[in-house]
Amino acid sequence: MKRVQFERSAVPYFFVAPQILIIVVFFLWPAAQAIYQSFLLEDAFGISSQFVWFRNYEDTILNFAWLQSAGFTIIFSVLVTFFSLAIALLLAVRANEVLHGSSSYKTMLMWAYAVAPPVAGLMGNLMFNPFVGDLYAALNILGWDFNQKLDAFDASFVVILISVWKQVSVNFIFFLSGLQSIPKGVMEAATLDCRSPEKRFWTITFPLLAPTTFFLMVINITYAFFETFGIIDTTTRGAPGGATNTLVYKVYTDGFLGADLGGSSAQSVILMIMVLVLTVFQFRFIERKVHY
Amino acid sequence: MSTLTLSGVNKRYDNGAHAVRGVDMDITDGELIVFVGPSGCGKSTLLRMVAGLESITEGEMTIDGKRINETSPADRDVAMVFQNYALYPHMTVFRNMAYGLINRGMAKSDIEAKVRETAKMLRIEDFLERKPAQLSGGQRQRVAMGRAIVRSPKLFLFDEPLSNLDAKLRVQMRIEIKRLQRELGVTSIYVTHDQTEAMTLADRLAVINEGLIEQMGSPMELYSDPKTLFVASFIGSPHINLLPARFENGQLQVGDTAMAGFDALPQDVPLMLGIRPEHIAPHADGAFEISVDLVEQLGADSLIYGAVAGFNGNEPHELCVRAGEASQHLPGERIKLNFEAGRAMVFRQDSGERLI
Ligand SMILES: Nc1ncnc2c1ncn2[C@@H]1O[C@H](COP(=O)(O)OP(=O)(O)O)[C@@H](O)[C@H]1O
Ligand SMILES: [Mg+2]
Repeated sequence: MKRVQFERSAVPYFFVAPQILIIVVFFLWPAAQAIYQSFLLEDAFGISSQFVWFRNYEDTILNFAWLQSAGFTIIFSVLVTFFSLAIALLLAVRANEVLHGSSSYKTMLMWAYAVAPPVAGLMGNLMFNPFVGDLYAALNILGWDFNQKLDAFDASFVVILISVWKQVSVNFIFFLSGLQSIPKGVMEAATLDCRSPEKRFWTITFPLLAPTTFFLMVINITYAFFETFGIIDTTTRGAPGGATNTLVYKVYTDGFLGADLGGSSAQSVILMIMVLVLTVFQFRFIERKVHY
Repeated sequence: MSTLTLSGVNKRYDNGAHAVRGVDMDITDGELIVFVGPSGCGKSTLLRMVAGLESITEGEMTIDGKRINETSPADRDVAMVFQNYALYPHMTVFRNMAYGLINRGMAKSDIEAKVRETAKMLRIEDFLERKPAQLSGGQRQRVAMGRAIVRSPKLFLFDEPLSNLDAKLRVQMRIEIKRLQRELGVTSIYVTHDQTEAMTLADRLAVINEGLIEQMGSPMELYSDPKTLFVASFIGSPHINLLPARFENGQLQVGDTAMAGFDALPQDVPLMLGIRPEHIAPHADGAFEISVDLVEQLGADSLIYGAVAGFNGNEPHELCVRAGEASQHLPGERIKLNFEAGRAMVFRQDSGERLI
């Protein structure tokens, strides 16, 4: 068999170079730095440092604040992912039923997507402000003694609510296009085969949306882990007492505010490993079930 | 095993399209009715109204004497085979067929038996564990049929089920559908725009034009005794020859040719003479003359196409003649033709009404 031989040339390398450069400069280099830093213990002034093997990791994992933060991150991610998917799916199903007038509706929901997380956080902050916040007032009038500054549950409620609100729009768009790609005939055949619309949803529509749902789940978990940083930084800043401190936010506060570079690096390496494991798990075990 | 009646059925879509305009029909037990007509005439709309996929704007439908206008599709006990099969892509063939039975609460062992029996009948028992994506077009078609048959419904509805298959498979499936329908004896409606398919399948066919039934009857009835110009031109392959004509001085004037043997036709109305290709034959002293454009040899017989002489100033009119095997005529040749006057038809051009 004859092999096609392309003439060797520098041109392809020239074209991929910027991409590779970006990956190296903004991802590989910092990651390597983090791993290196995580083995070092710096003195309080950052002048000298000492190689300490896994001490930073031990300190991190045995630290109550870190465990609290890990616990919160997991609960937070599960809730944000679940609610932003569930609400978006509900809206998309409703919108899909009355599709004719839905393009303006679609655009309106899309707006939230254009809002950057810190802006969403600032808006949320305003709404929950004890002096001028409408939602703050409304919740208190409804009899909920609401105060996100003092109550851990209330603070979690605020960051979850804003995070979900911010993410529903993008999920909605994906779900809607997923719903629209289900052939009309398939839904009609199901109408003849099954009387109950709820049952049709769970046996036909939902399984056919599984690839979309899986994709969105990965996106949403990543979002909850990392991108909600901006929301937390502009609302609770981890308060009260670290109750809303996600792992990513804690890396930032310990490293930049607490100047504990070694500990903070160890935390981010652990975070990287967690995300890696999660991703592998998702692709190995869930993706296999969602394709048809 | 059921009867279906439609009375005064109308469909207006939300956008104002009046797709079905007052259809009356009685379909008796075990019949195979074909709705045939050009694209956009409302065949699918009418079928989907029977299935319950479209609401009925006006009129009434009954199955076995019971009004079904307000009955939900699943409760009408009808099964439909769609043009693109509409199989559930995430379910195996077995699940596809079992789905309707499960939702009707049939016992698991009965479902298993029923699905296997049906799969055997359709020769798809080897594919029961496959997903639709792993099947060929013909196999998917069979599964779609199986999904309908396995439910033993009161009515089968087919919406152009063969149009995605290649020509050979289409003929095969057509024969099979006819055979299955006979065996099972289930009242069926079959929609197609293909008149050959319609003629070969139907016990009775309904020719639909712009939301109205032009004529309903057995294939031979529609072929030999069409009531309108539309039906005459739609049924038959190759198409019936249509020549503009006038009735003057007691004779039918077709171009330059005056033809005897017609009387009592209205004067001063544009008419249309219709002759089927098989009712014309080359003849030494025939009334018409054509110049041959093309001869198609079909083996058993041949088709001669040519332009009719004598339409001065008008565009020449194309004529098709079905001649015996191996016609020796060559393009450019002029030949004379005779037609069986007793089988010619005359229509009004304006209303399409048949006069003779
Ligand atoms: N969902 C719909 N909304 C509006 N008009 C429709 C719809 N479906 C079909 N029509 C119109 O109704 C007429 C009949 O359509 P259809 O029954 O699909 O024709 P056929 O199956 O004979 O090709 C067409 O003019 C078509 O444009
Ligand atoms: Mg159609």
